[in-house]
Amino acid sequence: MTTLLSIRNLRTEFATRDGVLPAVGDVSFDLERGEVLGLVGESGSGKSVTGFSILGLIDPPGRIAGGSILFNGEELVGIGPERMRALRGRRIAMIFQDPMMTLNPVLSIETQMVETVLAHENTSHAAARDRSIAALARVGIASPAERLAQYPHQFSGGMRQRVAIAIALLHSPDLIIADEPTTALDVTVQGQILYEMQKLVRESGTALVWITHDLAVVAGLADRIAVMYAGRIVELGDADAVLEAPRHPYTRGLLDSVPAATAPGQRLRQISGSTPSLLKLAPGCAFRERCSRAAAACSAMPELDDRDGRRVRCHFPLIEAVV
Amino acid sequence: MSALLEFDVVSKRFAKRLDAIERLARRLGAHVAEHTVHAVDRVSFVVNEGEVVGLVGESGCGKSTLGRVGCGLYAPSDGAVRYRGQPVQTADGARRPIQMIFQDPFASLNPRMRVGEIVGEAPRVHGLVASGEVEDYVAGLLQRVGLDAGFVRRYPHQFSGGQRARVGIARALAVKPELLICDEAVAALDVSIQAQVLNLFLDLRDEFGLTYLFISHDLGVVRHLSNRVVVMYLGRVVEIAATEALFAAPNHPYTQALLVEVPRIDRRRRTFVPIKGEIPSPLAPPSGCHFHPRCPHAMPRCASEAPLLREIAPGRQSACHLNDR
Repeated sequence: MTTLLSIRNLRTEFATRDGVLPAVGDVSFDLERGEVLGLVGESGSGKSVTGFSILGLIDPPGRIAGGSILFNGEELVGIGPERMRALRGRRIAMIFQDPMMTLNPVLSIETQMVETVLAHENTSHAAARDRSIAALARVGIASPAERLAQYPHQFSGGMRQRVAIAIALLHSPDLIIADEPTTALDVTVQGQILYEMQKLVRESGTALVWITHDLAVVAGLADRIAVMYAGRIVELGDADAVLEAPRHPYTRGLLDSVPAATAPGQRLRQISGSTPSLLKLAPGCAFRERCSRAAAACSAMPELDDRDGRRVRCHFPLIEAVV
Repeated sequence: MSALLEFDVVSKRFAKRLDAIERLARRLGAHVAEHTVHAVDRVSFVVNEGEVVGLVGESGCGKSTLGRVGCGLYAPSDGAVRYRGQPVQTADGARRPIQMIFQDPFASLNPRMRVGEIVGEAPRVHGLVASGEVEDYVAGLLQRVGLDAGFVRRYPHQFSGGQRARVGIARALAVKPELLICDEAVAALDVSIQAQVLNLFLDLRDEFGLTYLFISHDLGVVRHLSNRVVVMYLGRVVEIAATEALFAAPNHPYTQALLVEVPRIDRRRRTFVPIKGEIPSPLAPPSGCHFHPRCPHAMPRCASEAPLLREIAPGRQSACHLNDR
């Protein structure tokens, strides 16, 4: 496997009336070709902004303030808009939480899909149309030729998300960034979309960054999991390892907070307090106010230490007892 | 156990009235019919005193509408809702003991009112506290739900989502309710905050002897809190069972599908096997059993005849023709 995406010390900030908000404080990770990475965090953890930064979708007052994003060896930070446009939609695609962010309500699905094909390839309208029909069929839409002529409002929520996925797949990109694509969907429909995505990335060898707040969703999908808190990755490792033996106290707390982790009717093991405001982030570990293991050392920011393939940003990581 | 809240064959329909042009077209002989949505279709069940009943279903199944009918916000189109035997709609003072907690902690608090007024208004109007004591009363409630008593002068926008949820709970508790109807009360919260609020619900239940009707799409949450679970699909109840029994052996094919689809942390990198199709529009529900187009066990009879909800074991009801065989 070769490295497809390599992010080092990414910092993305937003200038607000109350000061500079470091939405992404310091994020580094690598992604192999064909790999599925679950990027997990609560609201305000910087997981979506990380995804937007990769695609160059940060608009003023936001800016990428530092770091590097290498995609196929090419630096994306500071890349010209022309070159970014050539990559976006062709080599890197995005699926949003709300499919109506992808779809234009006043254009037919056909217009939107054919346009996407022709934006990157010099081919005939008929060929582009054939490809669109094939893409719709791949995501499980029945009678794709008829559906192609319809408008977004004629589709249900789950079907719209399938169309958005079909558009993302049109150019067989190397990387798809999916930002909570099933959060707005019902459980039974979510199951279908997860099924399709798993099948499609396996078939095409596309790498996938799946951004979500729900550990349970990525548990069934991801090869590796990165957990974010207050703009930084606090834990990164193989999905099984992170879920079975988390080493960062925050990951442990998240797993314990899920109702299934406690016997019915018993009090849940909660994390006290709430996420700190990024505007008033004190130096040191952002989780220390809520952490039961916090000590004086935590007022200095811990490094993202690498220990046998597990990366943990903690001075006092939870280590499994040696038997 | 005595019945606290009783739904007796309750239906709720919403009709879209014809506009002027459609009325004119009809008068000229065009076939224009009023659109009617059967949001809730002949639902009967009982919430007993001290119990937590979970009401689950996917979007459009009518669970929120049923919750609103239950606390008297909507009048049922047919049937009756009784609280301690009294009709909720007409009985004087029958609605105060039933309080509702809403999903959206942003939309359900008036942005122009201070927290002190939001929480204190209803008990003052109901004469539960003298106007001189309202402030202390509110401060005590805020502390009880885990907020600083000094927050009374603040506005809703100064709170985080989790804190707003607590304000909503304090407001409901202010009138000394017996039954809380929680409509997706934790759905908008982050996992770590959700756990805090669920714990608060458990504590309050013990402390005030509350009864809950807990409406949620999240089966994990419902399983954790509820004694009994009511499953709805497209306006109808398809299964009612004790929580343990339901999760151990779901009877109705829809319940079975729902339980399989729930993502779980302990179910890793599994191959997803989805149930086919999507939820049909409630404007044009399928004939017979509403679930039959998606059901793996559908028989010809399912398309023509709607199965009745009937007892299949003590304390357990299901609406499926398969139980007749």
